[in-house]
Amino acid sequence: MISFGPTEEQELIRETLREFAASELREAARPSDEASRLPDELLGKAWELGLASAAIPTEFGGDGTQRSPITNAIMLEELGHGCVSLAAAALSPSLFIHPLVDFGTEEQKREYLPLFTTSKYHAASLAFQEPSFTFDATNLKTFAEVKGDGYELSGRKRLVPMGDRASHFLVLARGGTREGLDDLEAFIVPRDAAGLTIAPELEKTMGLHSLPFVQLELDRVAVSAAARLGGADGIDGRRLLNSCRLGSAALALGLARAVMECAIPYAQERVAFGTPIARKQAIAFMLAEMQIEVNSMRWLIWKAASQLESGVDATRATTLAQTYVNRETMKIADNGVQVLGGHGFIRDYPMEMWYRNARTLTVLDGLCAL
Amino acid sequence: MIDFELTELDQEILAEVRRQALICRKYARDLDENEAEFVPKELPEAKDFKNPFSLMSKHTEHDTPLSIMAMLVAAGASWGDYSVRMREDSGGLGNAALRASGTPEQIERWKDKRLAMAITEPSCGSDSKAIQTTAVLDGDEWIINGEKIFVTTGCRADGVVVWATLDKSAGRAGIKSFIIMKGAPGFEVTHKEKKLGIRADDTAAMVFKDCRIARDHLLGLNENIPKQGAGGFRAVMKTFNNTRPFVAAIGLGMAQAALDFTRDALAREGVEVDWDGGKHSRSAVQQELIEIEAEIEAGMLDALHASWLSGNGAPNNLEASIAKAKGGEVARTATSRCLELLGGLGITRDHLAEKWFRDARITDIYEGTGQIQRLIIAREILGYSSSELS
Repeated sequence: MISFGPTEEQELIRETLREFAASELREAARPSDEASRLPDELLGKAWELGLASAAIPTEFGGDGTQRSPITNAIMLEELGHGCVSLAAAALSPSLFIHPLVDFGTEEQKREYLPLFTTSKYHAASLAFQEPSFTFDATNLKTFAEVKGDGYELSGRKRLVPMGDRASHFLVLARGGTREGLDDLEAFIVPRDAAGLTIAPELEKTMGLHSLPFVQLELDRVAVSAAARLGGADGIDGRRLLNSCRLGSAALALGLARAVMECAIPYAQERVAFGTPIARKQAIAFMLAEMQIEVNSMRWLIWKAASQLESGVDATRATTLAQTYVNRETMKIADNGVQVLGGHGFIRDYPMEMWYRNARTLTVLDGLCAL
Repeated sequence: MIDFELTELDQEILAEVRRQALICRKYARDLDENEAEFVPKELPEAKDFKNPFSLMSKHTEHDTPLSIMAMLVAAGASWGDYSVRMREDSGGLGNAALRASGTPEQIERWKDKRLAMAITEPSCGSDSKAIQTTAVLDGDEWIINGEKIFVTTGCRADGVVVWATLDKSAGRAGIKSFIIMKGAPGFEVTHKEKKLGIRADDTAAMVFKDCRIARDHLLGLNENIPKQGAGGFRAVMKTFNNTRPFVAAIGLGMAQAALDFTRDALAREGVEVDWDGGKHSRSAVQQELIEIEAEIEAGMLDALHASWLSGNGAPNNLEASIAKAKGGEVARTATSRCLELLGGLGITRDHLAEKWFRDARITDIYEGTGQIQRLIIAREILGYSSSELS
């Protein structure tokens, strides 16, 4: 039955996070961007909202709310509206938790999920991106080779979020036994694994300044068979990728809405040739276009998220949503800068930061999971 | 609960729509070539056509509500053919106006008539407050004088809802709707337009020369001209809050037809989207197929959202215009992009792709152009009146 109505619980979560995003994330966004520093106290406050533990069943110490990609999409839009960089930092543990809940064996869940049920922010991450300009999930260069009872992982990873403090990495690799995405496997690798070298991204990044990224070098890292996510069954690689892609898309939607909501009052106040520029069609139509696309993006994300939630293959819907969101977010951020003119280019206003963040966010898949 | 899955009944209804659409499609080319007047009841297959909505009798609260199904049915029917679909429709835009603004007695009196809607004039289109057609009360009769163009189904309708002004100096507040039936003295349909597309759907020009109608033919029976505000005009414009997403859905049905045809045609020659693959493994054509599909999906979801709101009795002035703006743009661009992918063979009249391209173009023009929709959207989000942003 087609319906666009969130549940009461989802409405409540949306309200709570909207306030949190406005009072906490938006306030901290510019200072942490300028300093390229992640405020620890903010991670703690976000953690207290129970964002990470919501998906963890009670038997493993979590809140036991049913894992809901639709609720997560609503959540991420609101947090992204505050600041996508800080939101990604707060939610990067979801890159580890959600796949574990979705695919983990009983033993894996029992061992790792309780790490995230304490009152203190606990970092873990997903190692996905690789050092290649033609990087593609169907063609990873990180391999898992069967060695004795376990595996040996070799390869290089880039742009791993929160890698400076993650206790564990979920490393995506190819098993080498099947074709395309069917060959995708995930391994739980602790930070201190022998053969794992962690180095910060020395040159930093254009956007998402407050999100610390690292690069990993895996030199024949030996892991046991128990480290293979899902055990003998492995994982559904498509589901994992879809979840990550929609996570970035939902953050991008929040960012796009923030751009629009900043451009509207600016255009109403800014006077040129005796009238506010919002009263000129050239500007008004840009703003109308933003509203059209913010709505359209949200429904595409929700539709893909609802497929993820019901368990059907959401690959097609995710590809449609991501393709659309990546393009339209960039267009909105671009027009946001244009509406603000010179003020869109200077760092007194958040617009130039959003412009950088929009471009960064829409080329990275593994920032948080839906 | 947010949900996008169709129930079994939803699917059963849409399957019936598809079955009829495929039959209608067989006649599409012939009707287009001949711009023929055409009675759908005479289709040899029409005898077992059932109204898809009759299946709604089995409807439960778990099935998709009628307001949303109406969009899916419209898109599913125009997927077959626009003109045949319009002819199957029992009512025109005038019927929607009657339902929205008529008194109970007026609705009862004219509900079984096919009513067209006459707004546009030779010198005014979207700017409907500039209407020149006049209505003057003379005893117990209205005398209507003026000229109307671009009246959809005006030739074969039983009557028309005509917008006329009681007092030009009153602007919008002076505009009222009148029901004028065929045969009224002084009412003449003068011309049937020849068009780029939707050719088998008649578009009429008409004149009213000292046309006399009874006093009770004023829709809503309110003869007052309010001193301030737009009076009944705003209520009349609300008619369009329901028809805008509907018109978008009709256009998107054609866009979907074009995409389905293009996808199948290219697949037969070995070009298909690999949904697993990343952007580096796709050709430009495969990427384009994905982009077109995303656009159509976005447009359709906007239309469904607007109708979901109206089904819940929620205001949807903003969302109806979003649906129309997006749907209108997608209808014309998606059909054009499909022709680009099909190359030379696509523009031959062997196939319907070129017809969908011509038919879909009207979507971004009628019932408020894309630019008018953007004005409405901008006014809504900026809190501006029409004089503050025009």
